[in-house]
Amino acid sequence: MSKFKDFGNDLYSGRVSIDVVGRRKLWYGIAIVLVIIAIVAPVARGGFNFGIEFRGGSEFRIDGVGDTSQQVARDAVQSVDPETQPIVTSVGVDSVRIQTEQLNDVTTEEIRIALANAYGLPSGSVTSSFIGANWGADVTSKAINGLIVFLILVSVLMAFYFRTFKMSIAALAALAHDVVITAGIYALTGFEVTPAAVIGLLTILGYSLYDTVVVFDKVRENTLGVEFSEDTTFASQVNLAVNQTLVRSINTSVVAILPVAAILFIGAFVLGVGTLRDIALALFIGMIVGTYSSIFIASPVYVHLRENEPRFKTKK
Amino acid sequence: MAASSTVKSARKSLIWLLVIIFGLAGLIGFGSTTDENASFTPKLALDLQGGTQIILSPLLLDGQAVTTEQLDQAVSIIRQRVDASGVSESQVITQGDTNIIVSIPGIPDENTLALIKASAKLEFRPVLITSAGTPSAEVDGAGTSDPDATESPAPEETPAAEEPTASPTDGSDLNWITPEIQKEFDDLDCASVFREPGQIDDPAVPLVTCDVNGFSKFILGPVEVDGANISDASNGTVTSSTGASTNTWAVNLEFDEVGTEGFSTVTQRLFPLEQPRNQFAITLDGFVITAPTTQAVITNGSAQITGSFDRDSSKVLADQLKYGSLPIGFEVQSQENISATLGQDQLTSGLLAGLIGLILVVIYSAFQYRGLAIVTVGSLLVAAVLVYLLIAFLSWRQGYRLSMAGVAGLIVAIGITVDSFIVYFERVRDEIREGRNLEVAVENAWKRSIRTILASDAVSFTAAATLFLLTVGNVRGFAFTLGLTTIVDLIVVFLFTHPLLRLLARTKFFSSGNPWSGFDSKALKASGYVGRGQFRVAPTLSQGKALKVSKEAATRQTIAERKAQAALEEADKSGGN
Repeated sequence: MSKFKDFGNDLYSGRVSIDVVGRRKLWYGIAIVLVIIAIVAPVARGGFNFGIEFRGGSEFRIDGVGDTSQQVARDAVQSVDPETQPIVTSVGVDSVRIQTEQLNDVTTEEIRIALANAYGLPSGSVTSSFIGANWGADVTSKAINGLIVFLILVSVLMAFYFRTFKMSIAALAALAHDVVITAGIYALTGFEVTPAAVIGLLTILGYSLYDTVVVFDKVRENTLGVEFSEDTTFASQVNLAVNQTLVRSINTSVVAILPVAAILFIGAFVLGVGTLRDIALALFIGMIVGTYSSIFIASPVYVHLRENEPRFKTKK
Repeated sequence: MAASSTVKSARKSLIWLLVIIFGLAGLIGFGSTTDENASFTPKLALDLQGGTQIILSPLLLDGQAVTTEQLDQAVSIIRQRVDASGVSESQVITQGDTNIIVSIPGIPDENTLALIKASAKLEFRPVLITSAGTPSAEVDGAGTSDPDATESPAPEETPAAEEPTASPTDGSDLNWITPEIQKEFDDLDCASVFREPGQIDDPAVPLVTCDVNGFSKFILGPVEVDGANISDASNGTVTSSTGASTNTWAVNLEFDEVGTEGFSTVTQRLFPLEQPRNQFAITLDGFVITAPTTQAVITNGSAQITGSFDRDSSKVLADQLKYGSLPIGFEVQSQENISATLGQDQLTSGLLAGLIGLILVVIYSAFQYRGLAIVTVGSLLVAAVLVYLLIAFLSWRQGYRLSMAGVAGLIVAIGITVDSFIVYFERVRDEIREGRNLEVAVENAWKRSIRTILASDAVSFTAAATLFLLTVGNVRGFAFTLGLTTIVDLIVVFLFTHPLLRLLARTKFFSSGNPWSGFDSKALKASGYVGRGQFRVAPTLSQGKALKVSKEAATRQTIAERKAQAALEEADKSGGN
């Protein structure tokens, strides 16, 4: 513990310094490799595994059942197709509604018969139909519009606050890095992409920017008037800022990740598949990547964009 | 005295916090005695609580078929209308080739059903002839109750039908009335069903119809302005000419360019005409909702519809008009209760996960910040109480429903809320490292960290507000939760964390730099700073490193400080000589 505090003191005073800015070629290299993997690997695997909320699917309805518990229906569906995760709802007094991903005609018929047998009813009392996507094209297009407007607004906001547009560009670069890598891991693991997962991704977007703003605020403070300094460079001041906020970055990410880890653990190991696991996975990966990128992507990119400006260059 | 004013302002902030908490609790408590929707238990969304499934099937005339595009368009419009009535994360999907399934939490009332299924085609047509709602031959006064006194003037006696002498020149021309139309009008009985549900009228010809209450019947000219030209709609109470608010509810309309132009032209024409031809009928799905007299030429593109509205029905109509009319009409095929898709066990586990997460955070912050963990835990508890009360309040006033994704969002918010304290605490530590005493350090750190906290929360809030305004469905629910927790974060930092830290900084335990206080001044000062601009070089440091460190310190001075330092050194030199 006291070691950690000493470490904080040393980082603050500059006695210990992690050369983040100087080794930026290394960080860029790592980022490029990760982003390429995150883009290429899913394509090789056949893209994302979208859930029924996005693609629509099949719906079964059983009337006149005595027992409306969800487990009977779930077991019956999985006896035919173990991969399917049905959404089971009881409707009215004695009916059950089961929604699954889109199934072919043969599987649909098999599930229909399996469900009828499970409830001890003639197969005629089970009807099936196709249902459309709740998260349809209209929801997606609205979400994308909203995102674009948000990114523009935030860029302008940051440019005003920090008095330079280059910080906005660096923050957006880090953001793109985070989202691509998180989405890539989703595709790689083959986890179903549900609305909860997309919302997790949106949270990452907010978190990544938030974290970058905190680091950049210290960078802004340290680089004020650096052009008048005789013996420091722009890059070294940015590096000092990153080191000075490192303890805060570590503390924040640990504190933010602990609850998410708790959700992920409970969601994945106690409950099995569900909304909690979907959202927690996206968050767990995204928060780690988001904290990493504020330090190792956003700050070096910012230095890269600015250090060649004449006023920082002249007095080298 | 400065010190006591610090205490005063800290106490004032804490009192404000209590006012907010008790104010919210009081509002909800008071509300629960008068309004059944108000409760201290937040309402749950479809996935956790279940609700009602409404299957809509299209109303089709003979030989008419519904296309996929029409169905998708209808789904999109219905979703926006449902969303406008609250942040409930409802489900709107197509079933098969023709039906739409709308699943909403709770049990829908008449207004909600109307909001979902009405096609809401609004048209503006000039009135040609109007009379009481029963056939003019009938003398029986049973159906002819008082016409809506505030809206339509007393119905006039029907003029005798004549063969039109010429073809009509404009929408108000009585030449539109052919003997067939006159006969249709004479035979019309508003008490009977006279329109096919989902019937679509030709906008270019006159329309014979009744008002929604069946009090009067009308012959209306062709459509002058179409509801599609409405750019925005809202509801509110009518303001009287003296500026006082009345109890009459109205729907306010804003027209787009085409609508403004059309509205201006037609009011210009109607204004000088005689009763009833100076009346302007507004029809909704073929029925006249109101037919006001033109009292002025309206050129600014805004209009107000009054009628027999109350708060809820005016909101329904405004929402319908805002998101456009459905391409086809729908009827409710079935309406049934549905159970939750996620069991109670999911919610319990989610809350358990949140609790575990919270305990882990507390342990970590105790490990990192020792005595300061009291501030962290206290702030988190205050934040939790505020979020809970706000959710209960908003599920009453705004129709907010807590879904599983919402619960996850709130758990994640723990981390983002604690970050504000971490930024603040680390700043305080930085100030102590520079040799300040705790009270000064807290004040300086606050000034610096609040900038960072405000800037980063502004980013979060921009995200929340933009996504809330521009998106639909689940994304909107997420944005709502994000915005809520961001605001709570700010309230807690301003009104709890900062005042508490100011007060604690005055206690002996913290100000003496006790090793358990989290502000162990000895540990923090070990860095080598003794004060701004001065430097105590650690004996263990190599010469080069010491030089580097002192240079770093020099750059942290402001220009003024640097000049002052140079002047001092200069004075020292000359003094020494």
